[in-house]
Amino acid sequence: MQDKTSVKQRENPFANFSVFDFLYKYGTVIVVIGTLLFFSLTLNNFFTFSNISNVFRSVSIVTLIALAITMSLTVNGLDLSVGATAGFASVIAAKMMVIWELGPLPAIIVPLIVGVVIGAINAFLIIKIKISDMLATLSMMFVLTGVSITFQSGSAIYNFMPLPNLGGIAPGTMQRTFLNIGQGTVGRIPIPVIIMLVVVAVVHVFLNYTKYGRYLYMTGGNKEAAKLSGIPVNRYVVLAYVLSGFLAALGGLVLGARLGSGEVNAGAPYLMDAVAAAYIGFSVLGIGKPNALGTLLGALLMGILLNGLVMMDFPYYSQDIVKGMVLIFALGLTYYKRKE
Amino acid sequence: MNKLSMKGITKTFPGVKALSNVDFEVSNGEIRGLIGANGAGKSTLMKILAGVYPEYEGEIYINDEKVNITCPLSAINHGIVIVYQEVDTALVPYLTVAENIMMHSIINENKGAFINWKKIRCEAKKAAELVGLDTDINRLVRDLTLSEKQMVLIGRAVYQNAKHLILDEPTAPLSVQETERLFKIVKRIKDEGMNVIFISHRLDEIFQICERITVLRDGQLVGTYDADSLTIPQTVEKMLGRKIQNAYPDIETSKGDVVFEVKNLSGSGGINNVNLEIRAGEIVGLAGLVGGGKTELCKLLFGEGNVTEGAILLKGKAIQAKTPAQAVKSGLALVPEERRKEGIFVHEPIDTNITLPTLEKYCKGSLMQKRKIRSASTECIRKVGIKTPSERQHVSKLSGGNQQKVAIGKWLLSDADVFIFDEPTKGVDVGSKSEIYGLIKDLAGQGKAVLYATCEFDEILGLTDRVYVMYKGTTVKELTTKDTSEEELLFYSAGGGLDARQNVG
Repeated sequence: MQDKTSVKQRENPFANFSVFDFLYKYGTVIVVIGTLLFFSLTLNNFFTFSNISNVFRSVSIVTLIALAITMSLTVNGLDLSVGATAGFASVIAAKMMVIWELGPLPAIIVPLIVGVVIGAINAFLIIKIKISDMLATLSMMFVLTGVSITFQSGSAIYNFMPLPNLGGIAPGTMQRTFLNIGQGTVGRIPIPVIIMLVVVAVVHVFLNYTKYGRYLYMTGGNKEAAKLSGIPVNRYVVLAYVLSGFLAALGGLVLGARLGSGEVNAGAPYLMDAVAAAYIGFSVLGIGKPNALGTLLGALLMGILLNGLVMMDFPYYSQDIVKGMVLIFALGLTYYKRKE
Repeated sequence: MNKLSMKGITKTFPGVKALSNVDFEVSNGEIRGLIGANGAGKSTLMKILAGVYPEYEGEIYINDEKVNITCPLSAINHGIVIVYQEVDTALVPYLTVAENIMMHSIINENKGAFINWKKIRCEAKKAAELVGLDTDINRLVRDLTLSEKQMVLIGRAVYQNAKHLILDEPTAPLSVQETERLFKIVKRIKDEGMNVIFISHRLDEIFQICERITVLRDGQLVGTYDADSLTIPQTVEKMLGRKIQNAYPDIETSKGDVVFEVKNLSGSGGINNVNLEIRAGEIVGLAGLVGGGKTELCKLLFGEGNVTEGAILLKGKAIQAKTPAQAVKSGLALVPEERRKEGIFVHEPIDTNITLPTLEKYCKGSLMQKRKIRSASTECIRKVGIKTPSERQHVSKLSGGNQQKVAIGKWLLSDADVFIFDEPTKGVDVGSKSEIYGLIKDLAGQGKAVLYATCEFDEILGLTDRVYVMYKGTTVKELTTKDTSEEELLFYSAGGGLDARQNVG
């Protein structure tokens, strides 16, 4: 009999229709579709393959860094060091190739390891020293920015850069193989977009279909209850920050390859966009939790808006107004719930 | 003259009559004990005095003049100050002792924009000296010990010119020496003419300090007595009354070997030298009043907290559970007291909750198998009797009783050998209560060892085979359930055993 009632509810989803419930679930998706339609109808060159692929490419780095933040959000934390981690990763890769003349493979692996280490240090500060998550990762952001600028000797690292101390130009180069990570295409699809989509899919499966994902969500949802259910909560906080560091470093590699240079300040601006994307992601389909697909959609929404507005000659310095409004809308959907 | 009287006080909460027609009077600098079992209405009565519950029936007189206490501030203005057990809720940790003592003056009496620090320090010092708080008044309150914080609050009451000071379970977190010191100060401020109302579960202390004792039972006044005319057993008798009998299942279980043993255990939460053992198929009660250390012991056994001494043995082998995760691996299960905070995830569906501790069972490699989770959940929901349209229902939409069944159900899927229940029927309706008793009996029937901690003594009598009584963090008495009574349980829970020993010695 119990089964029957539940089936009935499924058969008739409009029984208790309310506008707010509908918006709560589909609001963000509707905005994305609406924005797409609006720009497609008003702009001739908007809905073309090259432009759409351009939008995807432009959001690929934000999405990767936003996924890093999503990871920290699952355990109810917030990793503010992701932008600096990404910048640092790009600097390490560039210095390894350009100054130390190493090949692309170590230049990819080492920054990823560094990202993992940064995540582990963040987790250590939060769990053992008991600094609050935002302050610990904020401090880490400063440290990384400083370390990174020292490591790059003050300026960006790029191919054939002049070396003031030694005279002459940098001995090594970023090879095509590495630059392809950010600039190459497979068929007509940009490689960074492929990387982004693969990572989104992997994170989605990880969070929703593995026990680890569930443990992360439970740790974030109610740490005390999770602990008393036998989950080693500290271990999962470490996991979340380590994955955050790893994904941020991956975003940094794509960034470095895209720019063809290593510069920590290139990573910094991605932090706020990534935070926004991750939080917009909360509201997608009324999930109310950090999630990979929502994060992707959040990043896309902002990318589409910016792309369309640029094409409409909207002044670039006003674009942040739009970003802010979208974020308020999405957060409003997530947090303005009816009292139950 | 310094008289406070409450006449015909009745207070109703939705569905419950917390107080009915209670008279209460203190006068001329006395120390009055206010006692009663859990739920007798002590705190409610005092909260009415303190202005926490402005809506009540009856009248309050101060020096024979009728007053209306409408909010905490008006209570203070009438000279009534309450010091709650949770002292931290009334203090600002980042301010100094002086500022905390003078808080009322800074907030309410300071007319100008600037604060006269000199006056503040001077006045605070006077108050601190009076209550014997010999610490620098410029220290931050967060650096003080619990007992010093209490002194700060009593000092604040002194400065506020309180005529009637209410102390709600002040000694629960204090050591013996700190309690002595508190009593000295209470006696001193009494000599200054202040009335002190002392709420405590510890009868030995009540008899040590109070001149007269008022007993409440089930929201009604039993009477007020001179302390000299009563003995502890007589007091216990007055505190207990007829209670509605709960329905307990009558299943005989056979007892096996000792499964769970605790030897000389001491550790965090004030747990001190606890000894107990549970055999397979046995339900062992852990009786004690609020603050007796039951919850702390349950958590310590479950790996939450630090063991400083002693051992926990499972089937004769010492287990070293430093975290709950390790305790679960060893074969322990805990249904914690604070259900919503510690037992369940309210924003998650039932199946996620129920399968969490045993999630590994429903995984292939790392991937969860949703079908297995669903079938295990529906099976468990049926077995435990959770009333819900579907296993995907969010727990927040369930009633208290059904939520508790979720908190219990999640452990029934595990292979734990020892089940610890901490007040599992708190805030649960009568129907669900007897279902929960049934589940616990079933567990014992399957040969599990059950530890059942509660302050409801009729549950101990109805459900358990043996019982350990806790008082001040230690197991003071072991009793066989069929040979004991509520009186005896309350006697030992209130420290009666210790008192008797002291008298003999």
